[in-house]
Amino acid sequence: MGNLNSYNNKAASLTLEADVLVIGGGPAGTWAALAAAAKGASVVLADKGYCGTSGATAPSGTGVWYVEPSADKREEAMKSREALGGYLADRGWMKRVLDRTYANMNDLALAGYPFPLDESGNRYLRSLQGPEYMKLMRKRVHKAGVRILDHCPALELLADDNGVGGASGIQIKNGEPWTVKSGAVVIASGGCAFLSGALGTHVLTGDGYLMAAEAGASLSGMEFSNAYAISPAFSTVTKTAFYTWASFYYEDGTVIEGAGSQKGRSVIARTLLTQPVYACLDQATEEMRLWMRKAQPNFFLPFDRVGIDPFTQKFPVTLRLEGTVRGTGGIHLIDENCATAVPGLYAAGDAATRQFICGGFTGGGSHNAAWAMSSGSWSGEAAASYSAKLGFRRNARELQGLRTTPVEKAAGARESQVKAGAPSAQEVIAAVKREVDPYEINLFRSDARLKQSLGRLDQIWREVRSGVATSGADVWKAREAASMAATARWMYASALARPETRGMHKRTDYPDIDPNQHYRLLAGGIDDVWVKPEPQPALPAAEVHAG
Amino acid sequence: MIEIVSETRCISCNQCVKVCPTNVFDRSESGLPIIARQDDCQTCFMCELYCPTDALFVSPHDRPAATLDEEELAGIGLLGGYREQVGWGKGRSPGAARDATYLMFKEMQKKAGH
Ligand SMILES: Cc1cc2nc3c(=O)[nH]c(=O)nc-3n(C[C@H](O)[C@H](O)[C@H](O)COP(=O)(O)OP(=O)(O)OC[C@H]3O[C@@H](n4cnc5c(N)ncnc54)[C@H](O)[C@@H]3O)c2cc1C
Ligand code: SF4
Ligand code: SF4
Repeated sequence: MGNLNSYNNKAASLTLEADVLVIGGGPAGTWAALAAAAKGASVVLADKGYCGTSGATAPSGTGVWYVEPSADKREEAMKSREALGGYLADRGWMKRVLDRTYANMNDLALAGYPFPLDESGNRYLRSLQGPEYMKLMRKRVHKAGVRILDHCPALELLADDNGVGGASGIQIKNGEPWTVKSGAVVIASGGCAFLSGALGTHVLTGDGYLMAAEAGASLSGMEFSNAYAISPAFSTVTKTAFYTWASFYYEDGTVIEGAGSQKGRSVIARTLLTQPVYACLDQATEEMRLWMRKAQPNFFLPFDRVGIDPFTQKFPVTLRLEGTVRGTGGIHLIDENCATAVPGLYAAGDAATRQFICGGFTGGGSHNAAWAMSSGSWSGEAAASYSAKLGFRRNARELQGLRTTPVEKAAGARESQVKAGAPSAQEVIAAVKREVDPYEINLFRSDARLKQSLGRLDQIWREVRSGVATSGADVWKAREAASMAATARWMYASALARPETRGMHKRTDYPDIDPNQHYRLLAGGIDDVWVKPEPQPALPAAEVHAG
Repeated sequence: MIEIVSETRCISCNQCVKVCPTNVFDRSESGLPIIARQDDCQTCFMCELYCPTDALFVSPHDRPAATLDEEELAGIGLLGGYREQVGWGKGRSPGAARDATYLMFKEMQKKAGH
């Protein structure tokens, strides 16, 4: 792959060695770090933001796919989203995730997470409040001896002929580069929500997808990357569960028939194309209103602060793109250890595909949180074992940076590779958003629109390849812009390669599910994007379950 | 978006500068944090939770607000209001222990389509 040899063993201002490097410190990254450390590995965790407040879970909170280990309950749980996901999920993976999530949630209770008691006095383990959960995870990671690098985005992976052996990036606080050489790397950098403003997603620009693809890994399920979430029009709070009890209205106060949180989101989107949509949680009873506040205090923040009573007053709503964060696309995994096809490289959480447990339907509401903690633990354990097997050789490697996009000179490090007149990161980001945000392209998909859009994205990519300009103080934003452009191309190329409607992927020109397309799609490539069906998919027979 | 750092309440502990995931604050020479990059604010309210003296105010809007009055906000309980709700701060117990999500799931199961 044409790399720019950006890492050339020069002394960077922060250089560390470890058995395992974890990129990203959300739920997946923190569980990975804990699991690797428990195996005796030395671990560095680098986060673009601050481990404990950054990512989609921290400011929000999650329902968790926590199911008692009874055969009936497990069967019901596994069945619940199988049809919605277009029968692309896998029961073996589901069973393993249910087991691991059960164990990890009980482990969290032991570690001191203050779980509530339900009305019969039993500890209730199906929900985690984000700030509390991630504060505790940071504390645990720290106690396990993991070196945490906050405000340190990874910009590229390092590798030699034997596979991946570390990463480098920038320290936002001082502009200096960092480099970590490691036996193995876990990518846990979350998904890509295309800077739509959805809660906690400003740091989630698909960086891990691009880094993995540059190393030669593939992606999977990228056509299922168009999750849109409801929020008040003025606010970032995309907590959607309570809209189950909302009615939706036109400006004149008449009800929008068919609009709803679960099945009726397309009706909301269609209406929003021409006029504003209002919501009111008027289906919630007095009694419900009281506990709603205790369940999700952050849902009510925007309302309380602007002085709206969401139970009695109508407020304008919008749909914000959450991309792969509540979609299911991500880095393809080749085994139950969450390994990618590239030796030494693992992926977990939203950075990895969640099709194994969700198929093509959203992982929001419970599955994603379960996946993040399960895949996190597995990838951390496997990365530690892999590094241990490398032994002393892990430190004696001649590593090269794999970045395919040039970056401006980072404080005293290397010469600027960006030509004068190059577009700015903000311009590239705005251009990508013009392609991915609109419902008429990304939600109501059709061959013609997807092709035109992909053509424009290819052009954007060619510009990105020759350089994106930044102020110099924020060079990582050039990589965010590049990652968003790359993610959008894999997303639309995959959407074009699936001429049918399955899961959240809805084609207006092919409105039905096609039994002949009962496979998962892989995608990859940097300049030349490719998409192909996954070889030998072991998928459940849709006919049997659908009957 | 982040709108207010209260100079009278702030004790220059640097927590907000440290924990903001998108690096919105800089520490000024006097030790007070300044809102250096409001454009990067993702309106996540995390800085408010970590501020020990309720000195910060994040407006719920996803873009900069018109001028806000600190005393007025304090008067209606909005400075530090979120911290109180989640039970963070001295002498408080975590709101997570009162999480009533189990009631939500119960109600959801009664709804058609679940
Ligand atoms: C509003 C909202 C509500 C949700 N509710 C639910 C729910 O109820 N149930 C459920 O199951 N799921 C829910 N989800 C999804 C869930 O939050 C995610 O699946 C989960 O956070 C994934 O964890 P993660 O660790 O993979 O990623 P994240 O939590 O997003 O963390 C990723 C981390 O990687 C860091 N990072 C990014 N790029 C880089 C880089 N280049 N270098 C270093 N670090 C980097 C980020 O700073 C961040 O800390 C919700 C999502 C949203 C947005
Ligand atoms: S609201 Fe979030 S992003 Fe904005 S300043 Fe506070 S911590 Fe930073
Ligand atoms: S966290 Fe609060 S007290 Fe500490 S520096 Fe920031 S504003 Fe001041």
